[in-house]
Amino acid sequence: MNDAVVKVDRLTKHFAGRPVVEDLSFAVRRGEILGLVGPDGAGKTTTLRILAGVLPADSGAARVADQDVIRDPEAVKSRISYMAQRFGLYEDLTVDENIRFYAELFEVAAAVREQRARELLAACGMTPFQRRLAGQLSGGMKRKLGLVCALIHTPQILLLDEPTTGVDPVSRRELWSILYSLVFQGVTVLISTAYFDEAERCHRLLLLHRGRLLFCGTPAELKGKLPGAVLSLASSEPRRLRAALAGADGVLSAMAMGDALHVVVDDPARRIPELREQLGAAGLGFGDITTMGATVEDVFAYMVSRQEAERGR
Amino acid sequence: MLGRIWRIIVKEFIQLRRDKYARFRLIVPPIIQMLIYGYAATFEVRRVPIAVLDLDHSQESRDLLARFTFTGRFSVAKILRDDRDIPRTIGRSSIPMALKIEPGFSESLRKGQTAHLQVILDGTNSNTALVAVGYVNQIAATFTQEYARGRVERLMPALAAMAPQVELEQRPWYNPDLNSQWFFVPGVIGSITLVLVVNLTAFAIVREREIGTLEQVMVTPIRPVELILGKTVPFFLVGLADVALVAAVGTLWFRVPFRGNLLVLLLGTVLFLLNTLSIGLLISTLCSTQQQAFASAFFFLNPAFILSGFSFPITSMPAAMQWVTYADPLRYFLIVLRGTFLKGVGLDVLWPQMAALACLTIILLTIGVLRFRKSVD
Repeated sequence: MNDAVVKVDRLTKHFAGRPVVEDLSFAVRRGEILGLVGPDGAGKTTTLRILAGVLPADSGAARVADQDVIRDPEAVKSRISYMAQRFGLYEDLTVDENIRFYAELFEVAAAVREQRARELLAACGMTPFQRRLAGQLSGGMKRKLGLVCALIHTPQILLLDEPTTGVDPVSRRELWSILYSLVFQGVTVLISTAYFDEAERCHRLLLLHRGRLLFCGTPAELKGKLPGAVLSLASSEPRRLRAALAGADGVLSAMAMGDALHVVVDDPARRIPELREQLGAAGLGFGDITTMGATVEDVFAYMVSRQEAERGR
Repeated sequence: MLGRIWRIIVKEFIQLRRDKYARFRLIVPPIIQMLIYGYAATFEVRRVPIAVLDLDHSQESRDLLARFTFTGRFSVAKILRDDRDIPRTIGRSSIPMALKIEPGFSESLRKGQTAHLQVILDGTNSNTALVAVGYVNQIAATFTQEYARGRVERLMPALAAMAPQVELEQRPWYNPDLNSQWFFVPGVIGSITLVLVVNLTAFAIVREREIGTLEQVMVTPIRPVELILGKTVPFFLVGLADVALVAAVGTLWFRVPFRGNLLVLLLGTVLFLLNTLSIGLLISTLCSTQQQAFASAFFFLNPAFILSGFSFPITSMPAAMQWVTYADPLRYFLIVLRGTFLKGVGLDVLWPQMAALACLTIILLTIGVLRFRKSVD
């Protein structure tokens, strides 16, 4: 990838002797939204913090916006923006004062600042709240204000650590529409999320599990990785069904989802009757079996179970 | 660079202005502390209630006992009849001292023999007991001297005229009335400033760490030095204002004289404030929550106060403890404060204190800044 604005090569970081990020390599193109997806402890935050220049890596290389963040973490800071999971807003300052504070730390000229603040606030629907104290904003509005502060110096690359965790669906949609318009302007976005449904909105995904890269590619490519098909078994006791199916022939992984069990099987035509028989013999009742399109979460569960099976061997 | 520092300073002051409790904390407690120290803190022992047991009932015994109340140091609160009353009185009432004159007191005196005055003290408060015993000694000595002189004058007037005598004349310089307020008030300026500035600085930084703004600020191109300056300059100014406020209360209300050079005091204050800011910075690097900061500040401030010579004389401490006091900035600032307020001395006398404060500043600031840089990395 020649037009990469972020290039990570064999990045490794340990905390207290345990690897948090292990041998991680990937690249991001300009104007791309890359999603870092994985459960808690996957290494998403650590990776973003290393790229933001606030955490030194143990080994490996990382170039961000033409700067070597490992050698010179300061140089990158004016070109990027990092928004921590809990964006540090001063709750006793107003919306305007928070924006001005961050703008001046980035040495944004006053005229540029005012113009850009106006645009960003309008895009977020926050213009009427300029004089309100940040502490009096709702959770979603605080995130949006954080984003405005993070964007005030027009960064080339935006690193967002779980910006939508704990945000209501409406604000979440707004945040995403802001991200798309940024990308349209050529900004590159690295966003971490623990929500698999959100991962589908990214151009490409990095699937991380315990600091290791499971997969890197588009959501469509990811779904193609799944052999066979996903079956949904309607049931009020999906966990009992899963226990009964553990180790069954042709069952690649199984995941309880509300009032259904998602089962990945290698060959649906052959396995559906077998499943019925097996569960019937175990005395477990269930409703319809439907074949469905794979979600990112299904593939992730499949990949994790496969990786663990390999390690166990 | 300057723009960023200025923005942080402005932000600190906006936050201070919005925080009603912070404004209160900067003004009211220092004044209250000053008033409490000014009125309540005193080493003087006055009107100590005493119980007396006079078993001699003579002219001499009555004369001796009367001297105790004349001085104003003691007041007779109870007349005892019996030896057994003494333990009851000392142990179960607020009377800390009893005097007992044995029968035969006057007879011994007339014979030119040693007569005994027994003093029973409640030693729980060792300081008051010690001071009271000192006064008892003085009174007894004066009594003995005058009694002896009277006898000689009566019996051998010629000899009395020749009798040599040493008379004590006290001339306490700088504080002729030995007024405790004059001793405490300058010291209070130092101790209040220490507590206030160390806490303010440590809390302001730890709070940012707690709410996550510190990390957010560190991903901007700001340099740690800029952040440190931006965070400490406001508290330096607040500290200066508080010194002025407390000093004004001390001189205008308590009428403690200021005899020295204001610039010398200012120099000492600036150096001392730099020390307190560095200590606050250092504490902030050791803590990640405000509760920890509170505990750490307390852990530091209490010994700093005791070892400073604020109320306990350093010369009376064991040698090892005396060495520790050299690391206490308040120790030097108190000498500067008392020197400028009461003695009116200048840099020719106070330069060792200034030099020590400057050295401590350099050491503490270096450690503080280095640790702070590490803690935000």
